[in-house]
Amino acid sequence: MSEMSGAAALMAALEKEKVEYIFGLPGGANLPIYDALVDSKIRHILVRHEQSAAHMADGYARIKRKAGVCFATSGPGATNLVTGIATAYADSSPIIAVTGQVALPMIGKDAFQETDIIGVTNPCTKYAFQPRIASEIPEMVKKSFYIAESGRPGPVLIDIPKDVQQQVTKMDFPEYIKVRGYNPIVDADLSEINKACEMILKAEKPMIMAGGGVILSGAFSELQTLAELLSIPVVTTFKGKGAFPENHPLALGPIGMHGHAEANKMVQEADCILAIGARFSDRTVGRFDEFGKDINVIHFDVDPAEIGKNKSVNAAVIGDVKSSLRTLIKLIPKNFRTNEEISKLWLSRKREIVNYYEESIKDYSREITAKKALKKLREILPADGIVTTEVGQCQMWASLHFDVISPGTFFSSTGLGTMGFGFPASIGAKAARTDVPVVDIAGDGSFNMTENSLAVSVLEELPVIVFLLNNQMLGMVAQWQRTFYNRRYSGVHQKNCPDYCKLAESYGAQAHRVSSMDELDKALKVAVKSNIATVIDIPIDPDEDVYPFVAPGTGLKDMIIGA
Amino acid sequence: MQKNKNTIFDEDNENKMYILSVIVENKPGVLFRITNLFRSRNFNIESITVGITEKPDLSRMTITTVSDVKTLEQLVKQLQKLIDIIQINVLNKENAVYRELALIKMNAKDPTTRIEIANFATIYRGNIMDISNETITVEIIGTPDKIDAFKNLVSNYGIIQVARTGVSALPRGAVNDDL
Ligand SMILES: Cc1ncc(C[n+]2csc(CCOP(=O)(O)OP(=O)(O)O)c2C)c(N)n1
Repeated sequence: MSEMSGAAALMAALEKEKVEYIFGLPGGANLPIYDALVDSKIRHILVRHEQSAAHMADGYARIKRKAGVCFATSGPGATNLVTGIATAYADSSPIIAVTGQVALPMIGKDAFQETDIIGVTNPCTKYAFQPRIASEIPEMVKKSFYIAESGRPGPVLIDIPKDVQQQVTKMDFPEYIKVRGYNPIVDADLSEINKACEMILKAEKPMIMAGGGVILSGAFSELQTLAELLSIPVVTTFKGKGAFPENHPLALGPIGMHGHAEANKMVQEADCILAIGARFSDRTVGRFDEFGKDINVIHFDVDPAEIGKNKSVNAAVIGDVKSSLRTLIKLIPKNFRTNEEISKLWLSRKREIVNYYEESIKDYSREITAKKALKKLREILPADGIVTTEVGQCQMWASLHFDVISPGTFFSSTGLGTMGFGFPASIGAKAARTDVPVVDIAGDGSFNMTENSLAVSVLEELPVIVFLLNNQMLGMVAQWQRTFYNRRYSGVHQKNCPDYCKLAESYGAQAHRVSSMDELDKALKVAVKSNIATVIDIPIDPDEDVYPFVAPGTGLKDMIIGA
Repeated sequence: MQKNKNTIFDEDNENKMYILSVIVENKPGVLFRITNLFRSRNFNIESITVGITEKPDLSRMTITTVSDVKTLEQLVKQLQKLIDIIQINVLNKENAVYRELALIKMNAKDPTTRIEIANFATIYRGNIMDISNETITVEIIGTPDKIDAFKNLVSNYGIIQVARTGVSALPRGAVNDDL
């Protein structure tokens, strides 16, 4: 065991955890850590704002399914991370945030750049560590990754006082650790899976509702096997979008506030809903009391606290959903045939509903609409290209009109709804998968919040495509004001927007402004091939609304399908 | 070791007092994490006591809360997610011994008042802790109900100050915490 500083021990421990990238920004309270970085093999990505560092770590984590790491100094550096940490917490994404802290003797003295970041982040971290002596650091790193990545994943913070970073210690990295009060359940109770299995086999009109848990546990092939084995149509929550190939004959796409009309409709006609890794969020199910009333609801989840939190269920299977699904599939009798007649009726009902809505939902007549643009993006982007979104109409249009084909290639800030998330997260995703194109479907308001990450995308050669649906408005808020506030617009006009093409070029990125579908086609083809950070500015009608829409406080049955 | 499954069998959904006996890491910041969870998730704490257990690295928290069964179940599950919590037992009046200590200071200028209060205190197995010309202070140990009853009984004399510790509890009989 060699002797080194606490900061060097931190870096050595991160190397042991096979960290590839650290997204961060230095300051006084983490100078020793940045000094230790000089000798480290890990690649540091210098961000322009710490919020983006956390989002990049998050985007990396969502694609790699491994914790992403971000660094910040104390005080303002640490508080800038908070939005990113809360975003990761809401979407159960594993990130490790390492913050510098003022030296131990200064803690509690309102020292320069002192913030109680552990207190600040308490409600949005899975756990937070503060080593008091340097020798604690390696084990804390090990525990942080274990806690962040296991069970229901989430962010962990390590807040290291400056003097602890400087102390000399032995590097003692444990190969195995146990955290006494932490026992994530992996293998579900077999009797509950049996019960669930019986309910599904008995159901005449079953539906699967796949959530983010399917993506987090990588249960893609299990989900598909189950759906195909029993011919069960699949809807996804917004976080679960892309858990199931959306061009599959059994796919109905997302349900919820801005879900597919056919998905929302069909869920109401089901007699049994199997929710997998989904938490029955208000955005997904509308009114809790109406959703799945009088039918069997089965819930698979890794987090026991999600069972019965929003929705009482008839069977609950607690454990990693991938392993639960595997067991469930084995329980289905080899010679089991779904009652063909009933199954046919149910599937033809699905086609009927899909056709009905395809005809009744009209598109806007402009040359370029959000919907047409997104269909074009799907056409040009390879199936395994990764897509993330900002927040607002752009996000909901993406949910509705962009079909995810390769499972796990789509993500968004679905829980917290963080504007400014998509772009830095897409850069993190690119770091995780340098071999595929990565696109951020953006609104101008959101892009404005973290557009300075263009510098990172260009200089660090992590090129992504910003697909900017530019309505010069905080569009989603404008839509609500149109719908619920009698067109009294307030605070939604983005006057004096920058010229996003010039902005992109000034950072050394490539830019296109398109005014026809042809130009969009060309710009996309260039962007996908070129491997240079690209902004495609797509002017759209500020009045284009997102439909269908389930107004807040109402149930899925009250869905509005058009203006 | 596995955290206890919550032991709630009660089906009716009325508000009741529950006693949570919680074994936690004896470390700084743990109490904050627990009370903050109550606040942020909109649960209610009636009382909370903390003290070290037979093992120096563990503390026992006794939390009393008034809630319905559904809320209680969600509360226990959310608490179980906290990494500093090692074990939770849900106790009730039947399966637990539970006690609270209260110090109650009353007006007692009149000697007969003092005698009356002292008599009441004896009946309640309380102790007189302090007497002055103006006041008398009684210590009562018992269930919160008993303390409430004593307080009601003496309220006519004019209660000046009350200090209550909150409930401390242990499961009855040979329950092994398995820690
Ligand atoms: C950080 C943050 N602030 C405010 C909001 C509230 N909000 C939700 S959508 C939206 C408008 C988004 O506008 P834009 O990014 O231009 O997308 P559009 O809706 O126009 O597609 C706002 C302000 C939010 N989600 N996040």
